[in-house]
Amino acid sequence: MRTIMASRITETVSALCIRANLYLPDDVRDALQKSCREEPWPLARSVLEQLDINQALAAEKSRPICQDTGMACLDVELGQDVHIEGDLEEALQEGVRRGYTEGYLRKSIVADPLRRVNTEDNTPAFITWHLVPGEHLRITMMPKGCGSENMSRLAMLKPADGAEGVRNFVLETVREAGSNPCPPIVLGIGIGGSFDKVAALAKHALLRPLTDRNPDPFYAALEEQWLADINALGIGPQGFGGQTTCLGLAIEAAPTHVAALPAAVCISCHATRRMSAEL
Amino acid sequence: MEYHLTLPLTEEERSRLRAGDLVYLSGTVYTARDAGHARLTALLDEGKELPFPLRDAAVYYVGPTPEKPGEIIGSAGPTTSGRMDPYTPRLLDLGLKVIIGKGKRNRAVQEALIRNKALYFAALGGAGALIADCITAAETICWEDLGCEALRKLTIKELPLTLVLDTVGGNLYESGPAAYLASEQQG
Repeated sequence: MRTIMASRITETVSALCIRANLYLPDDVRDALQKSCREEPWPLARSVLEQLDINQALAAEKSRPICQDTGMACLDVELGQDVHIEGDLEEALQEGVRRGYTEGYLRKSIVADPLRRVNTEDNTPAFITWHLVPGEHLRITMMPKGCGSENMSRLAMLKPADGAEGVRNFVLETVREAGSNPCPPIVLGIGIGGSFDKVAALAKHALLRPLTDRNPDPFYAALEEQWLADINALGIGPQGFGGQTTCLGLAIEAAPTHVAALPAAVCISCHATRRMSAEL
Repeated sequence: MEYHLTLPLTEEERSRLRAGDLVYLSGTVYTARDAGHARLTALLDEGKELPFPLRDAAVYYVGPTPEKPGEIIGSAGPTTSGRMDPYTPRLLDLGLKVIIGKGKRNRAVQEALIRNKALYFAALGGAGALIADCITAAETICWEDLGCEALRKLTIKELPLTLVLDTVGGNLYESGPAAYLASEQQG
């Protein structure tokens, strides 16, 4: 049994909120720069160069990469042998409150979806819990912008639709999104589970580094193929045309019902931000 | 083509530009997004005066991050324009001439742009840190209660924009990908 103070969790989350919005993850930055070197279409290449300059400037000037500093999506792995001294949920929320206020980040959350009054501190964070063996607490902060989130989709397909049906749904979603989600995009794809589970899978898939493939060779092959299919659409950076529409995609699959084939596509932008800390 | 232009744009300047042109734009723009557009429309419904003159105006769809002490503005890239589609034709018919945002517009907006010889530009989506350097003055005009959505008057200098919808029906979001794919087939 290990004890972690709630105050330490708050400090950690506050720092993660600020840093995640200033520094693009290495894998996303590398993918952006690689796409820039390989992009044959001149207008597309110049857009990618500007996006790379933007992320470098953000780090240099401590200015958020994007003005949409997002919903605070917190992915929390809690070891079952950890004891928290204090209120864990409140410690996380307080971290977001402090980080967004002290870091001059934009407050983008309204308290109610229809009455729409801003909470003015970017809380509540949206927290996903994973209870795992061990004595560690791992927190990943993903500031998720809504230009891309709004283009995400979910479909309850038929088992007969198979992999081809899911592929078509993914391509249709990307084509329909077009220029809106700030391409080049990053995709998290969930397949299986239930109506609610599949959306969580898609969101969780965005946490996987773009350099990694699904450990199951069957899904790894689908990832490679679908990425190539998406980049053949020609949408290009900002939707102005070009080879680079998608920087990377990750599929997460889960057991499902005999009658079901749920599929979800969570779209993220070229400024896919995430940062983790382990306590 | 590449141009360096200052707002307000003349009818001749607006008519000359074509989808795909790169324009470095300077001058005064007003910020408004979802909640701001709802309020502008409510004022029009009530027959009241708007907080800024619409005639020949330029509107930028942006909700910046808060400025740090000593800064003019925080990160200030464009938000997705399609959410403003329901409000936009009416504003164009009342004199709005330049819109800056990112992403697709609906048919009604495109028709209103053509009808009013007005332009829709894309700023670089997700490049808020870079765009902030092109904003040389920022002043909140009203609606401070809306936080990042407050109505601001911005002075922009050489803001790099790409023309998406022009006055003759050109649409870069269709012609750009089509031209790239055609080049690939030839290649």
